[in-house]
Amino acid sequence: MAKQPNNKVLLDMHQRMVRIRIFEEEAGKLMEAGKIPGALHLYVGQEAVASGVMVHLTSDDQITSTHRGHGHLIAKGGAFDRMFAELYGRATGYCKGKGGSMHICNMELGMLGANGIVGGGPPIAVGAAFSQKFRKTKNVAVAFFGDGASNEGSFHEAANMAALYKLPVVLVCENNGYGEYTPQRGHQAIVDVADRAAGYGMPGVVVDGMDVMAVYEAAGEAIQRARKGAGPTLLECKTYRFYDHVGIRGMGLTYRTDDEVREWQLRDPITLFEARLADQGILSKNKAAAVHEEVQQQVKAGIQFAEQSPFPDPASLLDDVYFTGA
Amino acid sequence: MGQAQTKTKSGARQLPYVVAITEGVREVLLEQDTAFVAGEDVGQAGSVYGYYRGLFAEFGADRIIDTPISEKGIVGLGVGAAATGLRPIIDIMFMDFLGECMDEVANQMAKMRFMFGGSATLPITVLTMAGAGANLAAQHSQSLEAWIAHLPGLKVVMPATPHDVKGCIIAAARDNNPVFVVMNKMSLGLMGDVPEGAYEVPIGVANVVRPGTDYTIVTLGRMLHEALKAAETLKGLGIDAEVIDARSVQPFDTNTVVNSVKKTHRALVVHEAVRFGGFGAEIAAQIQEHAFDYLDAPVGRVGAPFSPVPFSPALEKVYVPNADRIVAEARRLIGI
Repeated sequence: MAKQPNNKVLLDMHQRMVRIRIFEEEAGKLMEAGKIPGALHLYVGQEAVASGVMVHLTSDDQITSTHRGHGHLIAKGGAFDRMFAELYGRATGYCKGKGGSMHICNMELGMLGANGIVGGGPPIAVGAAFSQKFRKTKNVAVAFFGDGASNEGSFHEAANMAALYKLPVVLVCENNGYGEYTPQRGHQAIVDVADRAAGYGMPGVVVDGMDVMAVYEAAGEAIQRARKGAGPTLLECKTYRFYDHVGIRGMGLTYRTDDEVREWQLRDPITLFEARLADQGILSKNKAAAVHEEVQQQVKAGIQFAEQSPFPDPASLLDDVYFTGA
Repeated sequence: MGQAQTKTKSGARQLPYVVAITEGVREVLLEQDTAFVAGEDVGQAGSVYGYYRGLFAEFGADRIIDTPISEKGIVGLGVGAAATGLRPIIDIMFMDFLGECMDEVANQMAKMRFMFGGSATLPITVLTMAGAGANLAAQHSQSLEAWIAHLPGLKVVMPATPHDVKGCIIAAARDNNPVFVVMNKMSLGLMGDVPEGAYEVPIGVANVVRPGTDYTIVTLGRMLHEALKAAETLKGLGIDAEVIDARSVQPFDTNTVVNSVKKTHRALVVHEAVRFGGFGAEIAAQIQEHAFDYLDAPVGRVGAPFSPVPFSPALEKVYVPNADRIVAEARRLIGI
């Protein structure tokens, strides 16, 4: 069993979840208002997964992400100003406006990019884990991907190689019940993606992805196992996307019922965790509200930074297609 | 290495192409302690064509990595390892297998640096084998350089000689970009001068192999040797051909080719890949854009017919471009 977290860790996880939630709510509104160009895939509802995993990692540990990647970068320490600037397509963004939402990254934080290709991340995370093993560090890599990606060949090849080479990698499947608009029962004949771990000779673990404590414990064990050289784990977190595949519309969709959405919203990971923290006398309702308020201000400042930032110079278009330095 | 090597009268060392590959990779592994080789059967077996033979014994299993038959996984491993500080040499046994890993090549490897605003550096060398003529049929014989030359972010070289394959591998491995070294299986036994030690064949620089005054022939990869034969035949017809080995497809050395055409006023582009939509079309377009007023005839192109590579030796013989077809096309365009 992973060590029981102290209050500092609990509050840290709470903070990460709130940061993701408020960032995403505001980003979604800005997209709908036409201020943020392109498409945003929002992480709202899944905050417990990124937060419960990332609290175990340092910036020397790497992660790969998905098209729904803002939450992963925020939980890994991403700064709101540079993130909003990227979503706004500004020169001050993490990718200088070249990547946008679907490719947002920060190499210094060990966040090897959101990825527009479903299943794009796992082979890259396996490469990062290979790198750690090659250099004999104690660092790990974590691949986040969805139930949809678990049907991509890239996932299977990566999982097999991770187990074969006993690499320090954790494969975190965020099973939010939908591969884009297709429900899980319509895209795979299994209920637990974690069952697939047996096929590669690695442990498969299923946890409640709406419960940050459950994610924290299971991720802690898997990461510890990876750090000590015992190889990969497939960790499946059952979670839910409160909003649509793209944008903020959550209700009135043709491919899922509003009742289903309401049922999952009753298990909102932030509400659940705040109730627990209040019960345990760790974070009162007022103090929780203060956290939300503070984050709201940080988000506001981030948006302001982005809106005041310049667009990239058209002359910079061809920069960074190739490495041209010494 | 223990393989055959001879010395020419001038004292230059002669080695087969296959051994020059081994030497190139070995120099890289000696020079860069973050370099490793990963691919199918590269370790104990030394690869299907034997060009890693001896490296597993010398560098061990930590640096010569046998992989499952999983091209997505192999290329993805290379991308992740490179993004985190290593210098992978990735082996894709046959170029045809690019289809198995095209996402990792096209959407991850090629674009990561750009998408990430220059914050990622991907020093990856990909060694892969192209070429028809070995009766390996449609899925083990293709020359697919046009697929990857079309992707901003990648570099592509096609060394034609033992000297160049060794130098290209070293240059590719020292480059901080993903570089594909497209080799030709029909050239593995080709002998040629190979200097000892490490040296680079610069990426993006064409080689005027046979200077001439009357006709420019630009070749990709192994077609250099067919063009040189064709040039001898053309000489007998009073045509002094200049043969340019492009060596690098991406970036392409437009200047060297255009300067030659300005002198000769005629050009023929030769590659082994399917002619229609092949890289030769780009070369022809570059020539007409930069030297239109100098041309006395349309730019000719010799390539494979628009069909998959056939199996039967009787069919493959007429499929793969050769010296006779180069001569015939040159004569047609010159009108002799």
